[in-house]
Parts: sequence; structure tokens; C-alpha cells
Amino acid sequence: MAQFFIVRISLILVTLLFVSIVVFAMTEVLSGDAADAILGQGRTEENLQAIREQLGLNRPAHVRYLDWLGGVVRGDLGTSLRDQQSISGLVGSRLANSLVLAGFAFMIGVPAAVAVGIFAAVKQNSFLDRFFSVTSLVAISLPEFVTGIVLIIVFSSWLDLFPSSSLIQPGSSPLEQPDILVLPAATLMGVLFAYIMRMTRANVIEELNTDYVRTATLKGLSYRRVLFRHAVPNAMLPTISVITINIGWMLGGLIIVESVFAYPGLGRLLLTSIQNRDVPLLQALALLLASAYALSNLIADLSYAALNPRVRLT
Amino acid sequence: MATVARTPDSAPTPVAIEDRTSAWPVRAARAVAREIALLLRTPSGRIGLPLILIHVIIATIGPMFAPYPHTEFHLEHRLEGPSADFLLGTDQFGRDLLSRVLSGASSIIAMSVIGSIFGLVIGTSIGIASGYKGGMVDEIVMRIMDAFMSFPALLLALLVATMAREWDFPVLSAQFEEKAFIVLTIAVVFIPRVARVLRSAALQIKELEFVQSARLRGEPGWYIVFREILPNTAPVLGVEASVRLSYAILLAASLGFLGLGVQPPSPDWGRMIGESQQFIVTHPTYALVPAVGIATLVIGINLVADGLREAHELPQETPQ
Repeated sequence: MAQFFIVRISLILVTLLFVSIVVFAMTEVLSGDAADAILGQGRTEENLQAIREQLGLNRPAHVRYLDWLGGVVRGDLGTSLRDQQSISGLVGSRLANSLVLAGFAFMIGVPAAVAVGIFAAVKQNSFLDRFFSVTSLVAISLPEFVTGIVLIIVFSSWLDLFPSSSLIQPGSSPLEQPDILVLPAATLMGVLFAYIMRMTRANVIEELNTDYVRTATLKGLSYRRVLFRHAVPNAMLPTISVITINIGWMLGGLIIVESVFAYPGLGRLLLTSIQNRDVPLLQALALLLASAYALSNLIADLSYAALNPRVRLT
Repeated sequence: MATVARTPDSAPTPVAIEDRTSAWPVRAARAVAREIALLLRTPSGRIGLPLILIHVIIATIGPMFAPYPHTEFHLEHRLEGPSADFLLGTDQFGRDLLSRVLSGASSIIAMSVIGSIFGLVIGTSIGIASGYKGGMVDEIVMRIMDAFMSFPALLLALLVATMAREWDFPVLSAQFEEKAFIVLTIAVVFIPRVARVLRSAALQIKELEFVQSARLRGEPGWYIVFREILPNTAPVLGVEASVRLSYAILLAASLGFLGLGVQPPSPDWGRMIGESQQFIVTHPTYALVPAVGIATLVIGINLVADGLREAHELPQETPQ
């Protein structure tokens, strides 16, 4: 078991190192423009050189990479080119906002999806099962910005229940105005809910058709017991891996949803950094999002191993 | 062979006839015809296939039926709802939405299809070759693929799309260039994901007897990879292709929405939705017109993917 943990964690570290190299190499192509972007119209060859000197852009790439990586390890994400603020400070509140939004969607979406999935599997081919199948297919097929806009039209324009944008006063938390979270969280939840529900349903149906479930039924166990003590726990194993893959999907969805609802989170900051060619900020955010994804994968692996002793042997 | 799978209906299963005399295009056409026949036996396929067909027709001949040029301004008719003159209403410059949606169909479909093809061809080659080869090579290749997959798809797409804009290909015209970037982005995001799926299919197939006997015959590696393993991954590849295509459209539309897609004045469904957002309260049809276009197209493709899965009895796919 200990060995399993060590192998997994060191693999994550290697992955993160690779991710940092890819992020750095990709954004390297953009960094020539940073000096350009700061100077704008009034640039000359001399003050371009001066700015590059000042930002340290004239050093060789590997030196800058190691410098950057060293900073990241010590918790210093660098300085935003645009407003010369420390990125760690800039990211802090945005990260909290994004976590609130994603956490809200996740906490409601995942249990609901699992519950509906089990229900649909038990009532296979009933009207409600078909209804959920169709809605989940539609939810998967709609990009987040379409779902978001439809929700805005229905719940904000027509019914006037929730605000259409989620602007937050700087310094205050989204938790103080929970009503602004509802539509973005619902949008984020759509795809998540649909995938997990479809997967749970398929797995529970598969488990219900196995021999051990038949044995359990034939030896006189109540249906409730067969379902919740035998079929569902086994069906949950593959569902867990779907849930983690969905976290990656959700991180991407966060970028879109925050843009649709003008929600001040990491995703919107990422888009702003792309528009401003703010390379250090873009690097930091890309690394942060990729690390969040890698960590969620690790958590999934570990919980999978905790639930399934067979995994630990390999 | 692809046709050995059971069909859901009780109708007789088409029998795969060993056909080595016809030229390969004839055989390929027959294989496609068989797949379509199989697909039409599933309820999902019966709805999905016509939906896709409608979109393909719109993309090819739709622009000819556009009532106005898609870039023509009608400044006295800005942001109007549907009317007899403008069947689906107009945008903030008074451009006819019907004409813009019709002319925008071909670019998103073409970019997604070409991007998916690149991703599928390269990803499949890497995946099957790596799985067949095994050992250290396989280990290293798959670690690299894993590393690329540790980026959430949209984040990787944003990075690649932003980066691609910085390059300048003097050979390509500006308008073609921006489309090539989207194609490149889709392909880069797809390669590791396709490679992983096809590798696991190849790992199963390479243990089968016909591969062993080909190896004993002394066939070269490329022959086994492309002539023995590849044809037998057809059902997996078919499902993967349809799933990829639906993601490609979502990805292209999302990039467009975020302003990294085709640049104005070319009509782009994703960008149209992005631009419509500021008028959403007063003018919801502006957003809904391109939204319905994207939605019906992706629903059609997903239904076909479901139908193919059902026809070949493959398990439910997890999103990547």
C-alpha cells in the first residue's frame, strides 16, 4: 500500500514537471510580444530592448524556465506584466471564487446524478428513464455557453428569478450573495450531471444482470438490500473514474461559464491574461489549472484503491 | 470483422463475405453501406443520421439559398425579431441572421471534420503502433500522451489556439490561416486521447490468432499494424470518430465563443453567440438561432455515436 502511494505521488510530480515545461514552452512563443504589448503604439527598437532587459526577457529560455520554476516551488508565481501586481495575490481571491462555484456544482451535481442514475437503472425503460436519457443526451450535446444562455433567457429574462450576471464586489465573497451562484452552477452541472448519470445507469444495469446479484436475490434478500449492498457499491467503482475525468471537463467548463456570467474566477482571469498577452499570469494560471486536474486524478486513484483492494496489488 | 456484431432486431444479420477480388474503394463503400444499414436499425441512428444529413445539406447548398449576402448591413433594421423580410431576425449591424447561420455552417463542420481526421489518423497510428510494439517504447509514448492529457481539453485548446496565432505562415492566406489554426488545435487536443483508446483496442487484438500467424509468416511490423490490426479496430474507430467529431464541434464553437475562432466578418456560430450575449435580455432570438444550429448538429452526432455503440455492443464511453 505504501509503495502504491509513493509510486502514484512521484508519478504526479513527474507529470507536473512535464506540464510546467509544456506551459513554459508554449507561452514562450508569446513572450516576445509582452514587451510589445506594454509599449503599444509608441515602441521603438531601443525602448523595446530596454523593456525586455527590465523584464529579464533577454536571458536564454532555460535560465528563465529554471528561474520561474524555482519561484513557483517557493510559492512565488511571479509578477503580472499588465499591472505589476504579484500573481499570488491576484490569484488568491479568484481561486477561492472558482472553488466556491465548482464546489457548489460538484456537491449538488454528483450525488444527484448518482441518485438519478440508480433510479433510471432500476426503472429501466420506464417513461422517467427515457426522459432522463433524452435530457442527458441533450445536456451532453450543448456547449456550456449555450446552456448558460438558455438558462439566462428562461430564468433571468422571462421569470426574473436570478441575476443574469454574477459580478461580485472586489473583496466580498460569492457566498454572501448565493443567488448569483445558482445559474452558473446549474450550467456547470449540466454536462457533469449528464455524464455521471449515464455512466451510473449503465453500470448499475450491468451489475443487476450478474450472477452474484441473482444469487443474492434467490437466497431471499430484499430488493433494497440487493440493490444497495451488492449492486450499487460495485457499480460505483467505474463511476468514480468518470467523476474524475469530469473534473477536468469541469475545469474547462469553468472558463466558459465564468465568461458567460462575468463571474470573477480563475477562468476569466485566464481569458484576460490571453487577451492582454500577460505571459507570466497565463503561465501561472495554466499551471494552476493543470495541477488541480492532476491532483484530482490522484485523489480519484487513491479513493479507487481504497475501495478496491485488487488495484493495490498491481 | 465489423459485421459479425449482433444486430438488435431479429432480422437476419448481414453476413460478412470474404471479398478479396474487388478494388479497395468498392470494399470500403460496401463497408460504409453495411454500417449505415446497421445504424438505421437502432432508434438513435434513425434520428441522428437524418439530423447530420440535414446539416451537411445546409452546409453545402445552404449559402445559395441565403436571402441576403451574409455581410450586408441593414442599419435601419438592427436587432429585429423574425419578420417577413428577415425570417430569423437581424443582428446588431442589421445583418440577416438566417443568411449568417446558413453561411456559417460549412466552416464549423469543415474545421471540425478535418481537425478530427488529423487527430484520428495520427492518434490511431501512434496508439496501434505503440500498443503493438509494447515494452519500453510503449511505456515512453504513453507517458508523453498522459502528460498531454493532464491538461483539461479546453485549457490545452486555448493555449494552442493562442500560440498558433503568433505564428505567421506566409504560404497561407489570412482567412485560410485562421481556420488552419482551429484545425491544428483540434488535432493536438485529440491525438493523445485517440491514441489511448486505440492502444487498448490494439492490445486486445494483437493477442488474437490471426495476428500471431501473421507474425509467424514473417510479415513486417507495418503490415501487421496496418493490414491486420487496423481493420479489426473498425468498430472502436467508428465510435471514436463520431465521439471525436461531436467534441470537435463543441471545441470549435467554444473557441469561437471566446473570440479565438474565425475572425469577423466571416460568420462563426460560436462567435455569433458570444456577440449576441450583450443583447440577450432584449433580443433572445439572436442567441438562439446559432445555438439551435450547434445543438442539433451535436445531438445528431451523439445519437449516431450511441447508435454505433448499440449496433456493435460496445460499452458506454467516458468523456475525455
